[in-house]
Formats: sequence, structure tokens, C-alpha cells
Amino acid sequence: MATDDRGLIRNTADAPAVRVRNLHRSFSENGGVLDGLDLDIAPGEFVALIGRSGTGKSTLLRALAGLDRDVAGYGQIRVPDAVSVVFQDSRLLPWKRVLDNVVFGLRAGDAAERGGQALAEVGLAGRERAWPDELSGGEQQRASLARSLVREPALLLADEPFGALDALTRIRMHALLRKLCEVHRPSVLLVTHDVDEAIVLADRVILLDAGVVRTDVRVELPHRSQADPGFAELRAFLLDQLGVNDLTAEVTA
Amino acid sequence: MTTTGAIDALTVAKATVPGAGAPKTDARVVRRRLGPGRRIRFAFWVGPILLLAVWAIGSKVGVINPAVLTAPWDVAQAFQDQWVNHDLGGDIAASLERAGLGLAFGVVGGTLLAVTSGLSRIGESLIDGPIQIKRSVPTLALIPLFVAWFGIGQEMKIVTIALISMIPVYVNTHNGLRSIDGKYAELAETIGIGRGEFIRHVVLPGALPGFLLGMRFAVTSALLGLVVVEQYNATSGIGHMMTLAEEYGETDVLVVGLVLYGVFGFLADTAVRLTERRALSWRRTIEG
Repeated sequence: MATDDRGLIRNTADAPAVRVRNLHRSFSENGGVLDGLDLDIAPGEFVALIGRSGTGKSTLLRALAGLDRDVAGYGQIRVPDAVSVVFQDSRLLPWKRVLDNVVFGLRAGDAAERGGQALAEVGLAGRERAWPDELSGGEQQRASLARSLVREPALLLADEPFGALDALTRIRMHALLRKLCEVHRPSVLLVTHDVDEAIVLADRVILLDAGVVRTDVRVELPHRSQADPGFAELRAFLLDQLGVNDLTAEVTA
Repeated sequence: MTTTGAIDALTVAKATVPGAGAPKTDARVVRRRLGPGRRIRFAFWVGPILLLAVWAIGSKVGVINPAVLTAPWDVAQAFQDQWVNHDLGGDIAASLERAGLGLAFGVVGGTLLAVTSGLSRIGESLIDGPIQIKRSVPTLALIPLFVAWFGIGQEMKIVTIALISMIPVYVNTHNGLRSIDGKYAELAETIGIGRGEFIRHVVLPGALPGFLLGMRFAVTSALLGLVVVEQYNATSGIGHMMTLAEEYGETDVLVVGLVLYGVFGFLADTAVRLTERRALSWRRTIEG
């Protein structure tokens, strides 16, 4: 177990998979983005992180991904060794074919074979030799999911991965992500703006406000669909917590 | 069905538009294409061949005075004469060797400097300033100094050509490298690859479009340098042949030299462009 000066502890041993204590991050002298945040994520648990813009969702995700070198702060973070990140844009290297993107950086001898399997899992079998620019937005994002999963992550960090997709593609991607998570069982932290997406996908929804966890609810719905009476109830509750009150709901309805 | 409807409308449009009197069933405006459109076969050669045709016809009908510009067939005659009686082949080889060596040193040097200065702040502070200063001093103005340093032999010639072709490679590679999206660097960090792999898989391919653009400038710069350095005490090479021709007032031989320089430049540029099309096939641009 190694601790660096930022308190980042890497350890794969026993539960929880992710453990965050008293995390502070700030971009300026006076305003803290994360202000003493505590969070545990169990192995295999799917956590959705919602919150208004600027409440520190992405800051937390980037802290867990180790991508916040230039941000001031302190606190304790423990994450597994194998962490994969899915970004809002697919970030496929345009000069590498899809399969080469998926296995990019993998050193194992059977990388190509595993990459092909991962592509098949996300429904992109046969597109190994395509250039990223030849894929649709949804296909690109599926390729980026394959790139994450082929690394067999213990923790999958997803920063609004479906934010740029159209509504129909998004529904398909939800089903795909759920299926993949059932097979691979990583812990997941999904940052999203979409309350419905959070309820459909997650075991637990966490609402961030002013740099701390304000609400932390389990999603215990037998059917994860809008037909479930509990769905509307949970949705209304979360929207209320986000400050979207009935009046606005009526106006938009 | 909508699809069938749309196809019908298209066929109708095709059938009716050419006939002026036919009723217009298709009321939409078919947009003009704003990009360059489909690729023409052998497009590279159209311009040069046209130029050659103008030259030939102009000489034939007498619009072009042979004392001003020798007719193409007389140039061909002079070419043959030079080849048979004056070792033109050896001159071409000598010129190509100079240009090739200088270009090779310039390209390798420019690329190495661009990568070093593009990837490290220390490298940038050491390299970028001097290069920008060097840029504003015409290399050709440095030749007298190089003559003092390296003499008037092959060394001076190659150094001049190397320096003159290094600059465009440096500038364009550096620019291409710096315009690689920072997101790819972030991705590479999350995937956990080392600096070497990052350079090989992200930096170099990302900077390739810039590098190839630099190459196109570099090959023509190298020829420009060649023309000038070959005026300095060359005992072989196209420039040597032209210097002699100037002394004896042989316009046709001068044109042979000029045509050769032109052909070299054109072939070199074509080679780079073909490489570009192959190497950058992943790009979807207006170029098509």
C-alpha cells in the first residue's frame, strides 16, 4: 500500500472498493468545490452522481481518476488499481482503427483477441478495421466502453458518457451498460445530469450540493422503468432535492 | 411510405428538369456543392501539361521568340546533346545527391527539434527562440558566412540546404503537435501508458499532418537552396551546367536546367502529396 502526498492510497484489499474521506478540492483561494466530502462505494456497486452544475461532480470523478494534478486540495482517497474512465466524448484516436483504439496501451499477448471480444460484447463485431470517423456517435461511445472494459476495471468512472447522444441511442446504451456491468461487475461511478438515467441505471443515487453529499438514496425498484410507481416518486424526490420545484414542473409539463 | 415517395420525387425531378416545357413537379432547390467536389483522375498532371501545350503552340506559331524562350523541341535537343556530350546524367546525380542529403538532414533535424520543443517546456525555451530568430534571417544571406566556415565545397552546400529545409519542417511539425487535442493526452494518462508510447501513438501521428505540410515546403526550399549554392564554385551539378551555359550564351541549355529544377520540384511535391493521401487516410476532410 502506497500513500502519495495527496493522500491517494491505492489498495485492492477488502471492501469498500472506493473510500473517500474529508476530501477538499478548490480551484481558487476562497471557493472550495469539494468541501469535506465522504463517500464509500462497495465492490460491484453502481453509484450515480447527480447535482446542479458546478457542485463538484466532475471534480470528484477527476480526483478518483487521478486527473487533478493541478487542483489544490487534501483528503483521503482509496481506489482500486484497475480504474477505467469513460468520457463524454469517446476520445478514440482518429488515426487508429477501432480495434487498435480498444487495445491501445494493452501489453498482453492476446490483446487483439480480447479487444475483438470486447467489441463483440458492445455490438461492434466486424467493425475492428473501421476508422473512428466512420462510426456514428453511439458506435463511437460503444467502442470507448469496449476500450474501458477490455482493461477489466475494478472501478469504472463515467463522466456523462451519454450526454452527447440522441434520446433513442441513449436508451439502447443504458441497456448495454447495465448488461455489461452485470457481466463484469465493476464498481461504477456515473456522473450525470439526467435524473431518469440515474434511476434507471444505478443501485444508489448520490446528490452533491455545495461540495458535500447532500442526499444518498438506494434505488430499490423491482422494475427499472417509468411504469414503476416508485420511479415517479423517487424522481420527484430527487428533482425536489435538486431545487426543481412543482411550479417549474408544471410549466414544462 | 415516405421513402418510396422521396425516391419517386427524385426520379420525377430528373425526368422533368432537362425538358424546359415540362411541368415542374419538384419544387425544391437542389443545393450547389460548396466543397471542391469529386476527385478528377490524373488531376496532378492537367496543369503542367496545359502549360507545356501553351509553350509548344506559342513557339510553333511564333508568338514566343526563340531568343527569349527556346522552343520545347530545341530544349529536348539540347538535353540530348548535354546528356551525350557533357555528362548531364552525372550533373543530375550530383545535384540530387546535394539536395537529398541536405533535405534529409534538415527534415530529421527539424522534426527532432520540433518534438523536443513541443513536448518539454525546457526544450521550448532553449529551441523555439533561436529558431524564430533564424527564421527571420534568410538562409541565403548566410551563405557568405558559411563559405567562411565550411569553404566552398560540398559541406557548405549541404549545410545551407539542410538549414533552409529545416525551418518549414520545424514550424509546421511544432504547430501540428501543439494543436493535438489535450483530451488525447488525458486519455493516455488514464490508460497508463509511458512517455515513449505516448509519443509514438499520440504525438507523432497527431503531428503528421503538420509534418507533411512542412515537407511540401521543405522540398521546394531545398531546391531553391540547391539553385543558389550551385552557383558557388560547383564543378558538377545542374547549376554548374547552367553557369557554363550562361558564359557561352546557350539559352537552350539554360532552359534545360530550369526545366529540370521544375520537374524535380513537381515530382518531389507529388511524392509528398501521395504520401499524405495514404498516411492520412483516416481523415475526412473537404479534400475527400
